[in-house]
Amino acid sequence: MKPSNEEPYGYYPGCSLEKNALAYNESTSAVANVLGLKFEEVADWNCCGASEYLALDILPAYALISRNLALAASSSGSHSLVAPCSACFLNLSKVDHQMAEVPALASQVNEALAAGGLSYQPGSITIRHLLDVFVNDVGFDRISSLVTHPLYELRVAPYYGCLISRPDYEGVYDSPEYPTGLDHLMTALGAEVVDFPLKTHCCGGHMTQISEPVALELIRRLLQNAHEYDADVIATLCPMCQLNLDVYQEHVNHAFGTNYHIPILYFTQLIGLALGIRAKELGFGREFVSAKRALAKIGKARPAPKKKRKPSKEALPMPQATEVEYR
Amino acid sequence: MPSTNVTTIPTDQPDPFVTRSFLEEVVDAVPGDPRLTACLQCGTCGGSCPSGPDMEHTPRQLFAMINAGMRAEVLRSNTPWYCVSCYFCMARCPQKVQITDIMYALKRKAIEDGESRSSSAADAPKFSEAFVNFVENYGRSFELGVAARFHFVQHPGEALKMATSIGIGMMRKGRMDLTPTRIKGVKQLQTILDRARELGGTA
Ligand code: SF4
Ligand code: SF4
Repeated sequence: MKPSNEEPYGYYPGCSLEKNALAYNESTSAVANVLGLKFEEVADWNCCGASEYLALDILPAYALISRNLALAASSSGSHSLVAPCSACFLNLSKVDHQMAEVPALASQVNEALAAGGLSYQPGSITIRHLLDVFVNDVGFDRISSLVTHPLYELRVAPYYGCLISRPDYEGVYDSPEYPTGLDHLMTALGAEVVDFPLKTHCCGGHMTQISEPVALELIRRLLQNAHEYDADVIATLCPMCQLNLDVYQEHVNHAFGTNYHIPILYFTQLIGLALGIRAKELGFGREFVSAKRALAKIGKARPAPKKKRKPSKEALPMPQATEVEYR
Repeated sequence: MPSTNVTTIPTDQPDPFVTRSFLEEVVDAVPGDPRLTACLQCGTCGGSCPSGPDMEHTPRQLFAMINAGMRAEVLRSNTPWYCVSCYFCMARCPQKVQITDIMYALKRKAIEDGESRSSSAADAPKFSEAFVNFVENYGRSFELGVAARFHFVQHPGEALKMATSIGIGMMRKGRMDLTPTRIKGVKQLQTILDRARELGGTA
């Protein structure tokens, strides 16, 4: 549900954006300023429990998450709650969805909330991921019309990770395995989007803490895939994905004898650059794998459209792909 | 001739041979209907799972074992702990089995029964506990605290070295706090969580 002009989006930054994903928060607010998007942070929100609380104790885990839903629904006139972190987004939308599906669960959660003087009616707010706001509310046309510094020649691998397109309780994404919203968004910035077959594969989540070899292998696959397609950067939309691919990249190189040097940037940082916002305001410099070299590649002039290869005279006629449409 | 000692079951007691099956127990531990009984053993889940090769049992195998009532083997398997909650299996399962939620339920059961201690992934619950402990006390997660508590106690070797080097890097980049942040409503949150713990159930 797109809020009306005056209605701000409810905003749930989540713990990561306060610190390890500061660059995501900084770039989101800088870009929102330029686009005139209003985000109103839920007052006194708490951690969503990530994937840890659900492993220990179910009802407290649901109660923890729903305190945020209750606060968001009661504060401000906003009917939507936007989470930039995929794990937070999933947890919020999962609890909202399951409370609506299972009335007995909703009443138990509400009984717990009542002890703190709160309540939540499932379905009363729409839970959204930040990417969805850019793709479906702002739109590619509006974004591309505001681009002052196109990202020509920058080869971007669009990385979605798991939790926004799966299980997709709200039914927003075009495919659970091969969504395209971020691809088109990057194209709208002038960037050259590379095919990235592993775009929704897992970064390993908290696996770095449970079994490092398993985690490093998952991260290696993603880096290798981006490398094979000659990506200059990977665009991400989740703090966990960013952390695993960026911070552990050096450890992957060490463990596998590889030499990856692929900066992992938040998609909002790339939007910001294209809108002409200064890199410092977008949190650049906080990444472990420096983005400097990649950003120096951005071309000034629009690259000449690639010539279509003529098929050889002997070849059989091939089926022609139709033009790719936005969304 | 040895005497056989036959005791009759008093009729006012529930028949000990008709107990709730392990399968029913698992189903009840998931909110709503996890559709576990609809599993047709196709193997799509295991084939889609990023940690599949490192799991002691694929999700499909585990579900067959649940059906066969192999309680201890299931709860000692590293499988639920190696589930990274990526929902790939759920998106692909032809029977819409709520696999990821079942994995969470198995983690809870494994801890409850004490079986997770005999698992090859015995450390995993301790990470979750360290994480949740900060959330319960502050209302926010606290990476440095979790890493310190988990790695200092569990892995005073290589893993600690790596965690330390990452921690130092994170600080340098301004990406890690030295002290936890406490929300204002932490008392309110704790009251809610206490009540939830009392209520217990899973609906
Ligand atoms: S994909 Fe679904 S039906 Fe197939 S084995 Fe796994 S849980 Fe069973
Ligand atoms: S959700 Fe868990 S079990 Fe399913 S594919 Fe992902 S890691 Fe494997």
